Amino acid sequence: MGERFLMKGNEALAEAAVLAGCRHFFCYPITPQNEVCAYMSRRMPKAGGTFLQAESEIAAINMVLGASAAGARAMTSSSSPGISLKTEGISYLAGSDLPCVILNIQRGGPGLGGIQPSQADYFQATRAPGHGDLRILVFSPATVQEMVDTVFDAFDLAERYRMPAMILADGLLGQMMEPVEFPAVDVTPSPKPWAVGANDGSRPRNVINSLYLQADVLEQRIRERFERYRQVEQSHSRCEEYLTGDAEILTVAYGASARVVRTAVNDARDKGIKAGMLRPLTLWPFPQEQLRAAAARAGAVLTVEMSMGQMVEDVRLYTGGSVPVHFFGRTGGVVPTPAEVLEQIERLNAEGGNG
Amino acid sequence: MKTPFEMALIIAGFGGQGVLFTGKVIAYSGLLDGREVSWLPSYGPEMRGGTANCGVCLSDRPIGSPLVTRPDVLVAMNTPSYEKFIGAVKPGGTVIYDATLVAPVTARDDVRVFGVPAVRLSDEESLEGISNLILLGKTLAETGFSTRETVEQAIRKSVPARKGHLIEHNIRAVKLGMGL
Repeated sequence: MGERFLMKGNEALAEAAVLAGCRHFFCYPITPQNEVCAYMSRRMPKAGGTFLQAESEIAAINMVLGASAAGARAMTSSSSPGISLKTEGISYLAGSDLPCVILNIQRGGPGLGGIQPSQADYFQATRAPGHGDLRILVFSPATVQEMVDTVFDAFDLAERYRMPAMILADGLLGQMMEPVEFPAVDVTPSPKPWAVGANDGSRPRNVINSLYLQADVLEQRIRERFERYRQVEQSHSRCEEYLTGDAEILTVAYGASARVVRTAVNDARDKGIKAGMLRPLTLWPFPQEQLRAAAARAGAVLTVEMSMGQMVEDVRLYTGGSVPVHFFGRTGGVVPTPAEVLEQIERLNAEGGNG
Repeated sequence: MKTPFEMALIIAGFGGQGVLFTGKVIAYSGLLDGREVSWLPSYGPEMRGGTANCGVCLSDRPIGSPLVTRPDVLVAMNTPSYEKFIGAVKPGGTVIYDATLVAPVTARDDVRVFGVPAVRLSDEESLEGISNLILLGKTLAETGFSTRETVEQAIRKSVPARKGHLIEHNIRAVKLGMGL
């Protein structure tokens, strides 16, 4: 074991990005992700990389596009309203088959909303991170250590499948400190033969572009891209199953709310209630097979989110009416308490799980 | 079977009193003791109003929510913070407050309450600006969240290099607080 450091999620993630070989970072400040920018502004020059505080979120994501087109491991970070501004650029990245990592330290919305932790950008991340037919990888860490570990996977998969990856965290994970270890690596990203300027002139030059005026050509490009998405769906959905083996009440939660739910599940077990939790580590691709299997063993499902209910729609979609799916959420920056979640579990248990 | 160790603390006061640093030293002590720890600062509108607080969890088990709503221990460095959190402290819990700055209104008879004139003592003992670590010393003595040796090590880990000359002062303040 290496040394355990006590670090904020935001800072630990930034350090991990540098270790993962990211040498181009562009951002515009916004609470509660400012520590990412601040850390990068100190660290990146020492690593021989580029830190640039752009004039806007839109500029920052387009700088990521440029760096990625040139073959660099590039990243940007923001929080909810800032991510909305980046969506055009994310769509262009997807349409140009460019990899990158985008960090969203979610806060309450809509609009300027608030600055407290939230999970209300699930729809945006998994459904419409930009216009057009597209998917992006979406990771959902729940600890500071997972913030670190996720960065490596995000860059690797983004590059392997040439698509953007988002790490969907929240203000609680960004602001809290926990012990964290860093892998003893300094990744050198693999060469990008497709990048602009990457060939020696013996082949036609590489062009990075998302514009296809001929409909049949565009359709062909999209179909090729969706074949890659299908491979991602088959191979890269991940989740943690906690006490799901004999669970009669299956909770589903990700990120910060999964921490709250874990405590509630433990408390329920102490009271003799067979509760368990399925925690998606990837929101796209969603761990649908694992959910179906765990839900088939349970009498009821309870989805807990820091929103009015967004992931719950996927939980209903993928369980296909085979089991009642209930929802509990707090929103606007309010973090649910373990006691509130336990109350919901106890209520479902008293109702025999069928609510 | 030994009951697993679990302690949740809230440290609260004005910005600039070292509220977040005090919490960090406690969290680092837990880390050095091999425990699971979390530290979560307030970063909301109350921070912009000049008050600051942080929640620290120390546990033998993985920590669920790092948001401390029912603390075992409250360390209060001003009256608004004392009044805000006194009601949330678990029965049987411990409250340490700076008696130089806090004028308690609300009393509890089901928690242990210790008023320590930390700011006055820090002035008298040439420890200006680190009354927070006098309170930390008292907290250590009353709750046994760690050992003095570990806390000293945690201070060495937590003090940034540019403030390295303050390490010995910090350690002296903790010892002073422990003896009160």
